[in-house]
Amino acid sequence: MKIIVCVKQVPSRDAILRINETSSWIQDRDIAYDVNEPDSYAVEEALKIKEKFGGEVVICSLGPERVQVAIKEGLAKGADRGIHICDPALDNLDALAQARAMAEVIGKEGFDLVFTGLQSDDYGFAQTGVILGELLGVPSATIAMAVEVQDGEKSVRVKRELEAGWFQWYQMPLPASISIQSGLNQPRYATLKGIMNAKKKEIRKVTLSDLSISKDLLVPKQKIERVYFPVKSKKTEIIDGSAKEAAAKLVTKLKQMRAL
Amino acid sequence: MAKFKGVDFYNIDSLLTDEERLTRDSVREFIEEKLIPIIEDCYEKARFPMEIVKPLGDLGVLGASLPTEYGCAGLGAVAYGLVIQEIERGDSGIRSFSSVQGSLAMYPIYAFGSEEQKRKWLPAMAKGDKIGCFGLTEPDFGSNPAGMVTRAKRTEKGWLLNGTKAWITNGTIADIAVVWAKTDDGNDTIRGFLVEKGTPGFTAPEIHRKHSLRASVTSELVFSDCEIPEENILPLSKGLKSPLMCLSQARYGISWGAIGSAMACYQTALDYAQGRVQFGKPISAFQLQQAKFADMLTEITKAQLLSFQLGRLKEQGKITPSQISMAKRNNVSMAMEVARKARTILGGNGISGDYPIMRHMNNLESVYTYEGTHDIHTLILGAEITGHQAFE
Ligand SMILES: Cc1cc2nc3c(=O)[nH]c(=O)nc-3n(C[C@H](O)[C@H](O)[C@H](O)COP(=O)(O)OP(=O)(O)OC[C@H]3O[C@@H](n4cnc5c(N)ncnc54)[C@H](O)[C@@H]3O)c2cc1C
Repeated sequence: MKIIVCVKQVPSRDAILRINETSSWIQDRDIAYDVNEPDSYAVEEALKIKEKFGGEVVICSLGPERVQVAIKEGLAKGADRGIHICDPALDNLDALAQARAMAEVIGKEGFDLVFTGLQSDDYGFAQTGVILGELLGVPSATIAMAVEVQDGEKSVRVKRELEAGWFQWYQMPLPASISIQSGLNQPRYATLKGIMNAKKKEIRKVTLSDLSISKDLLVPKQKIERVYFPVKSKKTEIIDGSAKEAAAKLVTKLKQMRAL
Repeated sequence: MAKFKGVDFYNIDSLLTDEERLTRDSVREFIEEKLIPIIEDCYEKARFPMEIVKPLGDLGVLGASLPTEYGCAGLGAVAYGLVIQEIERGDSGIRSFSSVQGSLAMYPIYAFGSEEQKRKWLPAMAKGDKIGCFGLTEPDFGSNPAGMVTRAKRTEKGWLLNGTKAWITNGTIADIAVVWAKTDDGNDTIRGFLVEKGTPGFTAPEIHRKHSLRASVTSELVFSDCEIPEENILPLSKGLKSPLMCLSQARYGISWGAIGSAMACYQTALDYAQGRVQFGKPISAFQLQQAKFADMLTEITKAQLLSFQLGRLKEQGKITPSQISMAKRNNVSMAMEVARKARTILGGNGISGDYPIMRHMNNLESVYTYEGTHDIHTLILGAEITGHQAFE
């Protein structure tokens, strides 16, 4: 099994966020980054499958120089090598454009499974995994809570999380793309030996010039207009009348506010 | 509980390599998940959490700076220091366990042992399958180990050991004791011996009623006509210098460990002060409390810079014992001060086991004394600065 795990680095949960000068995103200087939470589960799931079936786990990350540490974390846990797609022209694009770059690299690599996290903790679009599957021309499943390779490594059974506590089992042929939900396994610690070993593992750098994507395909189809902190406003309204009247008015109001 | 994100006012993180940060973060996560939830209970019950030994071994922290050929991680000095810092942020007792295992038991086997001794013990100790201890101190010889009275007499088959060691971390639970004794070669040369658990004539009763390092085992080692086979002497050990080399390794780690304790106390006090309201304001809004925070953060930052540069010197092979003395002396007493200040900020809650400060504070009393007391390091620095040694 050859599994490519796409890993994104996102601002740490407890990072103190400031909005940038143009209000287009957060100020990303001087904040700490972590591996996107579901991506850590994706790495673990890939490593478990490799332990069972053998093969190779490749960590792929797109982003500036700093994302190397996210790749190294995967290598330290036991992944075999890394691919770092690194080009300023690819930063700050939308999910589609970034997935195009990743799809080209992953397509050339060849794979049995591509894992992504279900969504990223920063933008939260939940798009990359599905778009990747589409661009690579393979079936996709999202929100995976269990992944079982079957059929002499020819197909995969995926337990998908639905709404309201429902699950769905889904079978598809390999190769396939799966987006992983947090909590489906217990991610291992990077051991100190693993961290030292990771230094010897290859991280291949890919820049835009290595790719044959035309510039116009990288024009974002989606744009963040403005990032702002929620505006806090306090308004108190006293509803008068008898208890019965007041309750009726309250219900109407709540319905208007779509709270009911 | 919010995830601990470290105390790093001077962006010392930017001086670390990716590997050093990954190492620190991995141990931090482990300690947060596996040690902190149980440590208060262990401390209260004076129980060493044996169940954490194997997982610590699996993570690779035991003897982490020794080379990979003996099953260790081969970490650089700064990465190793960060490991120790994170363990001690959990508890100084567990840090004592791992310092003794790595720096005081595995290191002498590595530095003074035969190839067979290294192959036999180091991989098993790195995994946490075997536990070691280090017996230097005696009831009547603490700061002055040169006066030790434990003796190893040559016999036909090896050595006969007699004497008592006191205050030995891990003693009762150790599979292997590295014991320092005077030999009868005419010069009273101090040599190291490997004494295996269960050797006739060797017992290791535990010392009870400790008010400090309660989650760590401390023992006496008693040898009465204890026969040690020839293959258990550390062949390259020679003189007091050998155990002192081990202590340099351990003291280096302790200088980092103390920062961990201080961070734990500082962060606890800060979180508390932001939430605790008196006179209509969070207590963190009062100048008197802010002064404490300013002092604590400044002292922690200074200690971090000391240890960081000390680590880089160690990596370059340029470290001196008196430089280690400065960091051990400064950082442990800094941590005690921070613990005391932090304790006051929590008021009555400060003395409660619901918060880690009092435990750290009590633990640090031992750390202040072992591995060369604060005073002894003062004298080492004094001798270095002035050329006059003032021990005797
Ligand atoms: C919990 C714990 C664990 C320990 N673990 C180990 C271990 O694993 N292995 C081991 O070998 N030892 C261990 N020790 C022993 C420790 O190293 C000694 O306690 C320490 O070296 C001090 O010796 P002492 O207690 O005999 O005090 P003393 O040497 O009697 O010192 C008492 C006081 O006198 C001062 N003093 C001594 N000499 C001078 C001087 N020349 N000038 C000025 N002041 C002086 C000291 O600074 C101190 O304040 C441990 C101790 C503790 C508390």
